[in-house]
Amino acid sequence: MKLNDLVKQTSEWLKASGPNSDIVISSRIRLARNLAKYTFTQRASKKQRQDVLRVCKDAISENLFMKGALFLELEGLSNIDKQFLLERHLVSKEHLVGQDSKAVAISEKEIISIMINEEDHLRIQVIQSGLNLNEAWRIIDRIDSDLGTLLNYAFSLDFGFLAACPTNTGTGMRASVMLHLPALVMTKQINRVIQAISKLNLTARGLYGEGTQASGNFFQISNQITLGHAETEVIDNLERIIRQIIGYEQSARKDLQARNRTEIEDRIFRAYGTLKNAHIITSNETVELLSMVRLGVDMGLVKQLNTADINQLFISIQPAHLQRMEKKMLSAHERDVKRAELIRTKLIKK
Amino acid sequence: MLCDICGKTQATVHLTEIIDEQMTELHLCEGCAKKKGAQMEKHFGLSDLLAGLADIGEQAEVDIDSKLKCPKCGLSYYDFKKSGRFGCGDCYKAFKKNLLPLLKRIHGSTQHIGKTTMPKSHVAKGVPSQLQQLKAKLHRAIEMEEFEEAAKIRDKIKELGKTQRGKK
Repeated sequence: MKLNDLVKQTSEWLKASGPNSDIVISSRIRLARNLAKYTFTQRASKKQRQDVLRVCKDAISENLFMKGALFLELEGLSNIDKQFLLERHLVSKEHLVGQDSKAVAISEKEIISIMINEEDHLRIQVIQSGLNLNEAWRIIDRIDSDLGTLLNYAFSLDFGFLAACPTNTGTGMRASVMLHLPALVMTKQINRVIQAISKLNLTARGLYGEGTQASGNFFQISNQITLGHAETEVIDNLERIIRQIIGYEQSARKDLQARNRTEIEDRIFRAYGTLKNAHIITSNETVELLSMVRLGVDMGLVKQLNTADINQLFISIQPAHLQRMEKKMLSAHERDVKRAELIRTKLIKK
Repeated sequence: MLCDICGKTQATVHLTEIIDEQMTELHLCEGCAKKKGAQMEKHFGLSDLLAGLADIGEQAEVDIDSKLKCPKCGLSYYDFKKSGRFGCGDCYKAFKKNLLPLLKRIHGSTQHIGKTTMPKSHVAKGVPSQLQQLKAKLHRAIEMEEFEEAAKIRDKIKELGKTQRGKK
């Protein structure tokens, strides 16, 4: 597989095929792992980082789940290609800055990605469509165990898997669920939800994880604690809370439909109309409008589109994706024009 | 939409802040966003927060503790407090005394529960049984010369063997 193949395909987790795909975009689990023999990435010498890269690459290439995977060393990539990987949620923001010897291995359907020499030697991630944490755990647990037989992980009986940051030590696991909660935002109940989850040792973040703002009514909810609770317990707990939030969103949607039907239809179809007709549009405006159209699709009001089409658009309208598609650098204005063009073709074709 | 801070330039950066569990939105122009970003990093960097946590109630010991060094990677406890990041796995052992209260504050616990690394011979297909997990733990404990811990685990294995035989 090559980087160009990614450009042409839709990531499996965007296909809205998983449970509760109307409200839940995706479920993601990542594990932080380090090799006992080496100093952690940031403090390691260049030689050590090169060794870690080699050893991990060998282990990954033997992994059954990673058959036919795309292996990319970041040093050889252009800034646009790096940004492209970030926009597809295959690497973290942190992975794109700083030191040498960084790489990422991406499985064929983009379900699995493994970053090498991030803050930790290994950051393994599995993404599933919809609310499907258990399946994500089943897959990642096996990959991790298989890699663990080849790589000697830094582990202690007291503190579990030793991570560069003490906030990851223990299971090294962050489980997160991406939710689309427009009705809770519109009915101004979202603050209460966020307040409540922060009391349950969970956090809410924006589309791109740590340090990003919530836009387009998307919220990423994840566990904060990694020490003292088993992985399955954390996952069960998170899933239970997510199910409750889904329930709140569903009843808020019903409520809106019952009480403010005309207003809600007006907002949805105005958004749809703008997207179908705009000739210049920023990514921020697109995300806000697409969020309304997505709600329209989920509520059965916009019948010409499906959830997967919209999920895919959220990714492909981003700067690096547009530039990759056009195969050249574009100024902000040129991107806004190309973005509008792309959206029109996708929405009008339907 | 104009920038919330300078009110002059078009806002292109949209920030959501959560202060006292209340969410507020800020719309900023690029210039003001940069300033704001720098300010936030200054105040809210993870390393600062961790350093803050690491300090509580340990003021008197700070001087001595700051000189603590990890024998493997050479990271000092002072460096750790500054960066919030460990240098290697051995740092956990080197700074264990100071680490316990820190981990307690972050996670509410100081003891790992969950998946363990297992030697090859103990890796079964699918989920390891309780017995396999204990055996792996025992193996680890012996490897790390934690004999007291190993004895406890050995007793648990015996206990488990008895109850399993009882069931059959």
